[in-house]
Amino acid sequence: MTSPEVLPAQGSRASGGHEVDLLRTMLLIRRFEEKAAELYSAGKIRGFLHLYIGEEAVATGVMQALTPDDAVVATYREHGQALARGVPAGAVMAEMFGRANGCSRGRGGSMHLFDLSRRFYGGYAIVGGGLPVAVGLALADRMQQRRRVTACFFGDGAVAEGEFHESLNLASLWGLPALFLCENNLYAMGTALARHQAQPDIARKAEAYNMRSAAVDGMDVLAVETAAREAAEAVRQDGRPFLLELRTYRFRAHSMYDPDLYRPREEIDRWKARDPIALLCFGLEARGALSPELLAAIEREVGTEVAAAVAEAEAGALEPVEGLTDDVHTKASP
Amino acid sequence: MRTTYREAVRAAHREALRGDSRVFLMGEDVGRYGGAYAVSQGLLEEFGPERVRDAPLSESAFVGAGIGAALGGMRPIVEVMTVNFSLLALDQIVNNAATLHHMSGGQLSVPLVVRMATGAGRQLAAQHSHSLECWYAHVPGIRVLAPATLEDARGMLPSALRMPDPVLLFEHASLYTLEGDLPDDAGAVDLDRAAIRRAGRDLTLIAYGGSVGKALAAGAELARDGISAEVIDLRTLRPLDRRTLVDSVRRTRRAVVVDEAWRTGSLAGEISALLMEQAFYDLDAPVARVCSAEVPIPYAKQLEDAALPQVSTIVSAARTLLGSR
Repeated sequence: MTSPEVLPAQGSRASGGHEVDLLRTMLLIRRFEEKAAELYSAGKIRGFLHLYIGEEAVATGVMQALTPDDAVVATYREHGQALARGVPAGAVMAEMFGRANGCSRGRGGSMHLFDLSRRFYGGYAIVGGGLPVAVGLALADRMQQRRRVTACFFGDGAVAEGEFHESLNLASLWGLPALFLCENNLYAMGTALARHQAQPDIARKAEAYNMRSAAVDGMDVLAVETAAREAAEAVRQDGRPFLLELRTYRFRAHSMYDPDLYRPREEIDRWKARDPIALLCFGLEARGALSPELLAAIEREVGTEVAAAVAEAEAGALEPVEGLTDDVHTKASP
Repeated sequence: MRTTYREAVRAAHREALRGDSRVFLMGEDVGRYGGAYAVSQGLLEEFGPERVRDAPLSESAFVGAGIGAALGGMRPIVEVMTVNFSLLALDQIVNNAATLHHMSGGQLSVPLVVRMATGAGRQLAAQHSHSLECWYAHVPGIRVLAPATLEDARGMLPSALRMPDPVLLFEHASLYTLEGDLPDDAGAVDLDRAAIRRAGRDLTLIAYGGSVGKALAAGAELARDGISAEVIDLRTLRPLDRRTLVDSVRRTRRAVVVDEAWRTGSLAGEISALLMEQAFYDLDAPVARVCSAEVPIPYAKQLEDAALPQVSTIVSAARTLLGSR
């Protein structure tokens, strides 16, 4: 499976203003990630760094369907989700710098971004490990009669994990308001989908768990938004789970350590021809909703935001070593 | 009140479920079946299937769901049938429950209680008999408890439910039938201190869980020979109450650590190292260890008995430590 299945977007398209907002978010993620790669090479960011470039439409489109009361559980490739959810770029960048003003106070790094105030329950770096946690958040909502959705992102690699199957079964069996979001970028690190799944049609796996599902072109942010809204609405309506597969592609290597030797160059080029940002720009320009001046203005805004984020990270204090073991246990409330 | 360990654990559940609507019990066969060890018998009838929740055989998913539910404002009690099965949920316990508070820079807390049976002695062979609690005691971010008495069977659960962080409770399966008296008003207990179950002068026997009874029996036998053994019940395996251990050994100058886990990489090894670090110059003899033989626990009774610490092996280790006495 090396080419995307393009599904038509359903429902009505959002207005020009909203679409420009989507463009701005996707561009913010793109420029943020490009800067992160640069800072990684400069030695400012260390550890693992998994870039979201190419997949921006997924996080951006999905977040439109969520309310501030909903919860988000993400993976180790979660900068895009964090930014689209509204976690300030400065707090994300500072976290990657390992600074005290980082969104996890320098304890998590790139793979473990958290922002409880936005119900962003973090990046989970054990593939599949976030799904049971999301099931539990949904269970808590159901037991406390709260009508909200827990959105759980994971990759196609997670589908091979037992936790995927256990979690889908549990969520469906107990009727829990979980929105499972499979970001299928066709590779589990370096292993192609067809080489790790006997049945590579991921959306179909929901059938085995008596769960609704859909697949959508993850390069088309408007299609993603529409599909995510429908899925989230379905979950909100009856409190039962939904599996949405988002067919996407990462343009960069798995991580900064990855020489990317396992993907044909032509395949990467074919997907880059469907760059989600370019696709949205073409659509907007064709309808006269995006002028070169507006695009340049958005680029300037985004550039300023990324530069400010870097400045904030650079200015951040180092966490004192004396506090090394402070957050192992919750401090007793006074 | 005459009761058993099993009834004491059940009473603790009943009280918790009655007293706090956020508390629920979740696990394999905890509801209709009444619990693999019959701990939760009658709770489904009283509290219903939402709060006494039968889970499919998906240890990773339902332990992880316990973590998520705790993050979502609930106070879950998750029962895993045995410590051997908990290995299927090791990822959730070690990679998530233990790390989330730290990894989130203190934003998240996981007030989750996970209970499970542990230990050998019932001819259940090598996949139902191991004592792996020291693996969990290795991990920062979780508290590990081993109730060995009726008071602790009754009191550790309510205390654990007051903790803001994950707590693992290991119930030695041989203890469920332990009988005794418990005050009617028994409730929450301290979780920070080890307990001196028998005071003594000549040596300290350090044990926890299912080995505490054996250590006490060994102490009684040694007393008949005029040897005064102190018996310490660790109660909390992480964090260890170093002070009680070190103070006792400074007085008695000798220690035998009894641990049903394998010797290699055991908690007994940790305690031995701790005593060397903190009481080396007070020791009159090297710290001795009585642990399980380095073998998967076998089925046949005589083989299983030979694999486990026994009163006779504890007594023998104590006598060796005291030289010719």
